[in-house]
This record gives sequence, structure tokens and C-alpha cells, in this order.
Amino acid sequence: MQTYKNFVGFVSGSLRIILRGGPLYWAWIVALLVMIGIGGYFYAEQLQHGLITTSMRDQCSWGLYIGNFTFLVGVAAAAVLLVVPAYVYHWGPIKEVAILGELLAVAAIAMCGLFVFVDIGHPERAWHLIPWFGRLNLPSSLLAWDVIVLNGYLVLNFVIVTYMLFRYFLGKKPNTSIFTPLVLFSIPCAIGIHTVTAFLYNGLPARPFWNTAILAPRFIASALCSGPAVLLVLMQILRRFTRFEIRDEAIWKIAELMAYFMGLNLFLLGAEVFKEYYSATEHLIHMQYMFTGVDGHTAIVPFMWLSVFCSIAAFLLFLIPATRRNVFTLNLGCLLIYLGVYLEKGMGLVIPGMTPDTLGEIYEYFPSRSEIAISAGIFSVGFLLFTLMVKVATPIMLGEFRARSAETGGA
Amino acid sequence: MSGCMTISRRDFMCAVAGCAAAASCSEPTHTPFFRDHLHELDEKQIEQLVADLEADYKDQYGVDIEVGTQGPREGVQFAYALDISRCIGCRRCVHACVEENNQSRDPEVQWIRVLEMDKARGIDFAHANAYYEAEKVPRDGHFYLPVACQHCADPPCVKSCPVNATWKEPDGIVVIDYDWCIGCRCCVSSCPYGARHFNWAEPEIPAEDINPKTHLLGNRPRHKGVVEKCTFCIQRTREGLYPACVEVCPVGARKFGNLLDPLSEIREVLRSKRIFVLKTELETHPRFFYFYGV
Repeated sequence: MQTYKNFVGFVSGSLRIILRGGPLYWAWIVALLVMIGIGGYFYAEQLQHGLITTSMRDQCSWGLYIGNFTFLVGVAAAAVLLVVPAYVYHWGPIKEVAILGELLAVAAIAMCGLFVFVDIGHPERAWHLIPWFGRLNLPSSLLAWDVIVLNGYLVLNFVIVTYMLFRYFLGKKPNTSIFTPLVLFSIPCAIGIHTVTAFLYNGLPARPFWNTAILAPRFIASALCSGPAVLLVLMQILRRFTRFEIRDEAIWKIAELMAYFMGLNLFLLGAEVFKEYYSATEHLIHMQYMFTGVDGHTAIVPFMWLSVFCSIAAFLLFLIPATRRNVFTLNLGCLLIYLGVYLEKGMGLVIPGMTPDTLGEIYEYFPSRSEIAISAGIFSVGFLLFTLMVKVATPIMLGEFRARSAETGGA
Repeated sequence: MSGCMTISRRDFMCAVAGCAAAASCSEPTHTPFFRDHLHELDEKQIEQLVADLEADYKDQYGVDIEVGTQGPREGVQFAYALDISRCIGCRRCVHACVEENNQSRDPEVQWIRVLEMDKARGIDFAHANAYYEAEKVPRDGHFYLPVACQHCADPPCVKSCPVNATWKEPDGIVVIDYDWCIGCRCCVSSCPYGARHFNWAEPEIPAEDINPKTHLLGNRPRHKGVVEKCTFCIQRTREGLYPACVEVCPVGARKFGNLLDPLSEIREVLRSKRIFVLKTELETHPRFFYFYGV
């Protein structure tokens, strides 16, 4: 009964916190809602006319949606980077931000689900993907596996975060015998979701650009750059606007780790480039489409070079101690990493993999206005979800938002 | 309405699907909104489903469309052979296929892609041209390679479909259940032959151009958001007829028959000609053979 009462207090208190905020907060929320509205309008149009409102066609049948999905699986998986040192090695400085990593994972997976949802031709048949109700083609379909691991990961992170926050809300420490196994379990799951997502591409011998054994390692390496980039910016915002104490060392340590992962990511990309250009088989054409264009088709070339430039620049900024400790270059580095990985996963993976198509035809895909608006809408849903969750989590972690019983009884 | 779905599941799914359901599937009124997988339906339920589909097509096109359910026959394994030394690239097969199989006229969907290739290069997809325009075919220095579904013995599309909406029938035809396909296009990505086509918009076919003789797993009209492809003209071949492309080919380049029948034309081709399949290295084991007749 007491737990029930506390939980009601938890929910209603959370709602009050969400509705309380300065003009900056409300401007942000309203901006997100507007973006969601615009995305919703274009999605309604897409539902009515079909996916013809996108630029995808038979020759390049996946595009921006699936690229975003892939990128965000990486962001979600990267929560692991913060969870591992915090819980396994009891490493102090970033323990408190691990919870933010898990919240980010929840928001990112929610966006992943939405990106797949808007990509399918029959969203009302999405229930065919629900085990027992639908008919999952297991074990052979990788998308079926992905549905299972992604939803499992969503539930797992949601449970961990809710449990932790509720315990803090009650003024108690999380029960480690429940909580530690769950957190430890989430680590292989994080690697798992990104591996399965990589296998989704990897397992298609019809598409030689993806049929490479280092695809999954590349996914993991790039994820371990882009996910923390979001968190680094968030940690600085929290430090500024709340009483949240995040030590500089924590931020610098994460930036240093990101430099190593970006180094690894660039190395793996280099290995791929060498293999294709040196052996120069018929499979080279996909990489040529990416970096130089083929027969005058150069729509994505500038974006790919921009991605390489951003990644190398960010790698150097984070590798050199002086620049990763400087506020300006640190945040510039975060932005460059985010952009670099986003372009690489969002466009550089999906589009060249499908161009030219399996019969050699080049169809130049470039996202339509409708695709961009819908994607922006989904990102806004994710940011909104993340903002609201962080808004509630912060005062709980700071001990400002507590159950009544916890206040009277003492923490 | 067919009763092929238990009430509780239907109610549950209605609640889950919510407004997306209301928005995108208003057209068909007879077929049930929620249906079990085709393999879980018994004979009576399939009968009901066919009646519902025919009623829906009548509403939509004003034409009496017959949706057949002829199953595979014992001792039949279909296979196809195409003589590339005869093919002249006239594309009559492409258009006969569109008419026979009720492909969308707008936007245009074509199950057969004829590639024009350089004789000097041989089979080289990177330099093939599917959009050749010629006053007279064949053009000097070129040969032609029509490609459609290869009905692989080990089809990567079937492997990749997350919901079992596509499978290989006992007679070797790879089919799609258009009412179960969720439109994720994993099969389009995994097909090495560009054989699978997605309905990016609602297919448009003038009522007078509809072929009313259809099959549940074949040429019955589709809606937007699902994948379709060649079915070896399942509505014809299971009745003992040739596929439309075989019949229309003016140079007799196309051969079709039962692999298990030693006297069939297809067996004669396999016996007497030098054959090859596309992309051997992928081990998809196509049931579509190419050969040099002369």
C-alpha cells in the first residue's frame, strides 16, 4: 500500500516537474512540438499516397529512414560505454551520468522503432512482428532478430532506469542484488543490438558493399563515438542549469575514450578502403560511388568527404589533451563527431550499399522533403522524450524530488 | 466477414493498431482487417477469403475477377530456360507480363528487366543498360539478357522476410502473400537479381485492362505498400499452360517446363545445351537457366 501511494506520488510529482520550467525550457518544448506537428503532417500524406512521397525506389529501396535507424541503434548501444566503467570498475566520476546514458538509450530506441514504423509500407500490419500474435521468421530473418533484441533492450533499460529513479525517490539506494545483474546484462545487450543491426546488412551477399566481416566492429566503433558525444553536451548543460555536479575529469575521460574509438573507427574505414581500392574488383564501384561518384553521379560525394573530414578533425581534437580540455574545442569536437558519424551511418552506409543496384543500374537517391520532415519529426519525438525524462531524473538524482515518506523518515 | 480470427486477438490488435489502422486501410471492405497467416487458414476459411477478395475487386474495378487457389501438383518442379543467343531484346515479354499479371500501369511496374549488354564485355552488369531505346533490335554489337525472378532453390528473399510473407511452394514457385507482407523491403535488399518490386503508390490499372483470371498467390490486383514479383504465371502454369512471356516470345527464346519430366523441353535443354545461371557464386541455385542455343 505504501509502495503504491509512493508510486502515485512519483508519477504525479513527475508530471508537476515536467510542467514547471523557464522560458528557455518552454521555447525548446514548443519548438519540438512544432517539428513533430510538421513531421506528422507529412506522415499523414505518406500514409495516404504511399512511400512514393519518398525518394526511395526499387533500385534504392532503403534510404534516410533506415539510415537514421542504424545511426540511432548506435547511439542507444553507446550507453554501454558509460555503464561499463561506472558499475564494473566502480569508477566514481561518471557513475552519476550512467543513468543519463540509459535514458538516452531509451529515447534512441524509441526513435529506432519509429523510423522502422514509418519505413514500412503497411504500418497497420506491424503486429505481424509481435511474437505469438504475428509470425516472426526465426531463426533465419535478421530483421526478426532485430525486433526482438531492440524491444528487449528498450524494456531492459526502461526497467533499470525506472527502478533506480524510484529507489532514489524513496530515499533508498538501489538493491544491488537486483540491480547489478540487470546492469551487467545490459552490457552484452548493447553490443548485441548493434551487432544484430549490422548483421541485417552484413547477411546480404547480394550487396557486396555490406558483405564484409568488419561491418559489425565498425558499427560498434562508430557508436562508441556518437553516443557519448550527445552525453558530453548534455552533461555540460546540466552542470550549468542545475546543481548537478559533474567533474571536469569525467568529461575529459569520456572525451579521451572517444578519441580512441574514433581512431579505431577510422582505422577500420581505412582497412575497408584499402581492400576495395587495392583489389579493385567489380565490388569497388560502390565505394567509388561514395567517394568520387560514378559516371557523373555525385549526389552523396560531398557529404562523404565532409564526414571523413569531421571524423578526422574530431579525432585530433579529442586526442590532444589541451583541446579536449578546452570548452570550445571540446564542444566543437562533439559536434564534428556527431555530424561525421551521422553522415557515415545515415547516408554512407545505406546509399552506396544499394547504388548501383544488383543489376548495375545507378539510381541517384537523395532524401525527399517529406522524408526529411518526417525524420526531423521523429528526432523531435526522441528529444522531447529525452528532455522530459532528464527533467524528472535530475531533481531525483539531486535529492530535490523525494517521496513524502522519505522526507519524514530521513534518507 | 470471415471468421478466421479469434475475437480476443482481433480486439487486442485493434487497440494496438489504433489510428494507423483507420488511416491507411479504408479501401477493402469485405476482406477482414486482421487475418491469420495463410498457412493457418483451413480450406473453408480460404474459400471465404477468396469470396471476400472477389467482392472487394468487384467494388474497386467493377469487374468480375476470379481468384483461383489451384495448389501445386505432385511430381512437378517448374524451371525456366532462356536462350540468350536468340533473344533480340524486343521487350514483348515485358509487356505481355504486365498485361497478364495485372501490374500497375501508373506508376509502371515491370517484373522483367531486359538488359542490353556489349558483346565485347560479355555478361557485365556494371555496364548493362536497361533503358536502351532502339528503332530496331537487336542492335549491332549487343546482346540481350532478360532478368526476372530466378525462383532460386535457396531464395535469399524468403530467408530475410521477417514475417514469413514469402515462401517457396512445393512446385518451386516463390510466392508472396500480399495481405501479410508488411512492406519492409528486406527481400528487395536481399534479392541478387533485382526481381522484387515494391508498390510505392497505389497501383493503377484501367478496368478494361484487368486480367480477370487470377490466382491468390499470383496476379490478383495488389495494393500499395507490398512487394510483388514474377510467379512463373502461377495462374496459368498450374493449369498446364505456358507463362505469358513464353507464349509471346517471337523468336522462341523462352522455354518452360517440369524438371521431373524426362521428356520435357526443359530437360532437353539441360541435356543438350551449355547452360549457366546468374551469380553462381551466391549459391542461390536459380531455377532459371540461361543457355546458348547456337
